[in-house]
Amino acid sequence: MCLRKVYDAIIIGGGVVGSSVARELARYHIKVCVLEKEADVCCGNSSRNTGVLHAGFLYKTGSLQAKFAVEGNAAFEQISKELDVPYKRTGKLTIGFTEGERERLLKLKSQGDRNGVPNLSIIGRDEIKQVDPNVEAEFALYSPTSGIMCPYMYTIALAENAKLNGVDYYFENEVCSVKKEKDGAFSVSTAKGRLYSRWIINSAGLGAPTVAAMLGSAGYAYKPVKGEYILLDKRAIEQIRVPVYPAPDEKGVTDLHATPTIDGNVLMGPTCNDVVQSCDLDTTADSLDYIVKKGASIFKGMKTEWIIRSFSGIMPRFVERGTSGYLDFLIEHHPDNPNVVNLLGMDSPALTGAYPIGKYVADIVAAQEKLAKNNSFDPCRKGIKKFSEQDVETRCEMIEQNPDYGEIVCRCEYVTKAEIVEALNNPLGVTSVNGIKYRTRATMGRCQGGYCETRIASIIQESKGLDRKDIRLDNSRSYMFTGEVRESCGCSTKTPSL
Amino acid sequence: MRLLNKDAVIIGGGPAGLAAAIQLKKNGIDNILIIEREKNLGGILRQCIHDGFGLTRFGKSLSGPEYAQIFIDEANDLGIEALTDTSVINITYGKVVTAVNRGGIFHVQSKAVVLAMGCRERTRGAINIPGARPAGIYNAGVAQSYINLHNTMVGREIVILGSGDIGMIMARRLTLEGAHVKAVFEAQAYPSGLPRNIEQCLNDYGIPLYLSHTVTKICGRRRVEGVVVSRVDSAFSPIDGTEKFFSCDTLILSVGLIPENELSLMAGVELDRRTRGAYVNDSFETGCSGIFAAGNVLHVHDLVDFVSIEAEELAASAAEYVSSDCLPKASIVVVPGRNVGYAVPQRVSGEKNFTLSFRVKQPIENCKVTVSQGGNVISEVKMRKAIPANMIQIKISADRLESGKEIEVTAV
Repeated sequence: MCLRKVYDAIIIGGGVVGSSVARELARYHIKVCVLEKEADVCCGNSSRNTGVLHAGFLYKTGSLQAKFAVEGNAAFEQISKELDVPYKRTGKLTIGFTEGERERLLKLKSQGDRNGVPNLSIIGRDEIKQVDPNVEAEFALYSPTSGIMCPYMYTIALAENAKLNGVDYYFENEVCSVKKEKDGAFSVSTAKGRLYSRWIINSAGLGAPTVAAMLGSAGYAYKPVKGEYILLDKRAIEQIRVPVYPAPDEKGVTDLHATPTIDGNVLMGPTCNDVVQSCDLDTTADSLDYIVKKGASIFKGMKTEWIIRSFSGIMPRFVERGTSGYLDFLIEHHPDNPNVVNLLGMDSPALTGAYPIGKYVADIVAAQEKLAKNNSFDPCRKGIKKFSEQDVETRCEMIEQNPDYGEIVCRCEYVTKAEIVEALNNPLGVTSVNGIKYRTRATMGRCQGGYCETRIASIIQESKGLDRKDIRLDNSRSYMFTGEVRESCGCSTKTPSL
Repeated sequence: MRLLNKDAVIIGGGPAGLAAAIQLKKNGIDNILIIEREKNLGGILRQCIHDGFGLTRFGKSLSGPEYAQIFIDEANDLGIEALTDTSVINITYGKVVTAVNRGGIFHVQSKAVVLAMGCRERTRGAINIPGARPAGIYNAGVAQSYINLHNTMVGREIVILGSGDIGMIMARRLTLEGAHVKAVFEAQAYPSGLPRNIEQCLNDYGIPLYLSHTVTKICGRRRVEGVVVSRVDSAFSPIDGTEKFFSCDTLILSVGLIPENELSLMAGVELDRRTRGAYVNDSFETGCSGIFAAGNVLHVHDLVDFVSIEAEELAASAAEYVSSDCLPKASIVVVPGRNVGYAVPQRVSGEKNFTLSFRVKQPIENCKVTVSQGGNVISEVKMRKAIPANMIQIKISADRLESGKEIEVTAV
C-alpha cells in the first residue's frame, strides 16, 4: 500500500492530547487526519499513568499546567457524559505526618487556592476517617474535586468521536521526515507513504522533540523518567476509597501513591527513575520490590498475593537546559512557522487537561484559518454497554435481543461475546488482542487471559477472517502465533468449535 | 426469569464434578444438575491428550479425553442433566445459584451445592517477573489449549519457567510438534512436578532442567526475543553476576495452580490460606452448610484419579445431607505440623473414617509420617522418599479418634 493523501491538518500522535485536538478540530470545516506510529490510539504514556483527574493544586500559579488542569477538571463531567466514559469524583487525600509536611501541604493549598481549585482544605485525623476510614495520617490536604477515570477508555472515546466526525486515522505510520514544499505545504513521509498538509500539529508525546526538530524547532529535549506500577486484584478495593498520596518531599517530589481505579482495581505507583532511553518500558526488579515494600506503608491492602500485573510509563519530563528544572507545558505556535503547533512537555496533567488543550489548539487553527463551524458535528459517542454493570432485568433483555450476551468470554470481568464482537467492530478498525482488551476489559482480570485469550483469538479469527498467524497482540510485529500445528483440511478458516 | 429447584447443583463438569454427580445419582439423589461453562464436559482433561491418567483408578494408562469419557458416558447412561456453555455468575449462602447462557439467566434453588470449579494457573503478573510485555508469553495450560484444541502453534524457540507437571508435559508436546525447547528453569531447589514427568517429558528428549534458577527479565518489545535467567539463593533471591541471556520467541510459565474460588467467596465460604481452597470437614462440607467442595477447587491434586475418588467421597456425604439435612458436627481440628504444607480436611467429626490428604513442605528421604492426637499416635507411616509434588493420603479410622483434641500430622 502506498499512501498519498492531502489534508488541511495532520496531527502527529494519537495519544490523549492528539485525540482531543482531533475531536476539537472536527468541530470545524477542515480536513484532518491523525498519524499514529502504533496500531491503536493510546499506546504511549496516555495509557501508562495513574488515571487520576487532577484538581490543579500541584502546578505553579499562572502556568499552562495549572490552567488546563483546573479547566479540564471542571469540564470533565460534561465530557464524560458526551463520550460515555466512566469517571468518579472521589476526592483525594495528600497525607502528612510531620511539621515539614504540614508546611508543604499548606503551600500546596494556597497554590491551589490561587489556581482556582475549589474547596481545598487541610483536615485532621477525624475528617480523614470520614473521607476514607482506611487511611492513617495526622493531617491531609483534601481536594474534593479530584477524581479517577479510565485513561485509555477516554482516549479511545475522543478518537472514536473524532473519527465519526470525519477525522481519518492512519496507524503504524510513524513519521520519518517532514519537508516543506514550495507552496508552503508540508509533505510528511511515513514508511507507508506520503501525506500533504498545510498544518501540522505535533502531539507526538515522547517523540515531540524529534518531530519539532523536523518542523524546524530544534533544541528541545526531555529527561525521560520511568514510572513503574503494580496493579492489584479487585479484592483490594475494599480497603481504599480515594486516591491517597504522600506529601511531597523537600524537593517537591511525590513518592508512589495508592489509587483506586475506575474499574475497581487498586494501582500502586509510580516509582520515579531517570532512564536513558525513552523507549525502555521494562519493569525492573528493584522498582517492583520498592512498590511492594513502600506501598505497604501507604496502603494496607498491598499484598503480594493480590498482584495481577505490573507496567511502566515514561513521563516526558520537560527540563530546562542547565538548571534541569521542570518546565511548564509548551504550546509553540510561532509567526515564523505559522502553520505548525508543537505540543511539548505533555506530562501530567495532560490527561486531565486534554480537553482544554485540544480546544486551545483548535482555536489557534480556527482563528488563523477563519474556519466555519461544522454544524453536523456530533459531540456524543456511545461506549460499549457492559453486561456486567446491568441489573438482572436488563441483562435478560440484552440476552433475549442478542444471545451473544449470554456467552461469558472473560470470566474474571464478565465480558460477553457480544461485547467482544462490538469491540472488534470499533470505528478505528483496531483488531488486536490488546485493542479488544482496552475496549472491553477482557483479559484484564486476575487470570490475565488464562480463560478468555483462546476464545478472543478465535472470535478475532472468525469475525475478521484472519489466519492464526495474522492475529496480533498489539502492532504488526507482535505476532501471537507461528501458525497451525498441523495443516488444516482447507475447508474452512474457522477453528473447530469446542 | 426461570427458577429451578434441585437437590444438588454441581458447578463444573470436569473430573470432580462428573464423579460427584454420578455418585450422588447412585446414592439415590435424582434431581441434580451439572453446570459447565465449556461446550463439552470433561474439564481440563479435554486438552490433556497425553497418557498416564487412570493408573490408580482403572489400572491402565488412559489419555485425558479417554479418562473423562468414561465418566461422561456413565453420567449420560444415568440420565444426569448437564447444562454446558453455561456460566455460573453467583452463588448465595442460601444456595441459590445464578447462571447465564445463550438462553438467558436462571436461578437454581438447591438443597446442596457442589463446588467443582477446578483451578487456574498462576500468571506472570502474579509472580512479578520484571521486563517487557511482548507477545509470546503463555501459561502452560493456555499453550496446551492452543496446541491441542485450537491447532495453533504458539512459538518455535521455547524457554519454560517452572517445573510444574503441565510445563514439563508441554516441553514434550512442543518438541514433538517441531519446536525447540531450550531449557526448563525452576526457582526451587527441587522439581515441583512428578518424577515420572521429569523422566518421560524432559530426560527422554534431552531437555535440560536447571534447578534454583529463575527468569529475572523478559526481553523483546513486540514479541519475546529472549529471557535473562539468574541463579537464585535459598530465599529465591537472584544472585548477582549469574545472569545469562537465552534467546527465544516464547516463554512458557508453569509456576503453580490456584484453586478457583471466586464463586465460593460469593457464597461466603471461608478459604484456607495454605490450600487457597475452602476449609472443609470430613464430609467435604465447607463452612457454609450444604455447600461442598472437592477436587482442584479444594486443593491442587497431582493425579486426576484422586480427584475422582475425593469427589465420590464428597457425594456420599452430600447425599446424606440432602436426605437428612444434617451431617455429623466436625469439631476436631486437623493441623499441619512439622514439614507439612497443608492438610485436608481441616476439621473432622471423629464419627467416621476419613482420608487425610497432605503434602510435605520440603523433600525428605526416609520420612516418618505421624498422625497424632493429643500425644497419642493414631497412625505412623514410613516412606523411603516424600516430595512436595506427591500428595500423600492416609486413611484414618474413626475408632482411633477422641473427641475435642487437635489432630496433628508431621513428616520428618
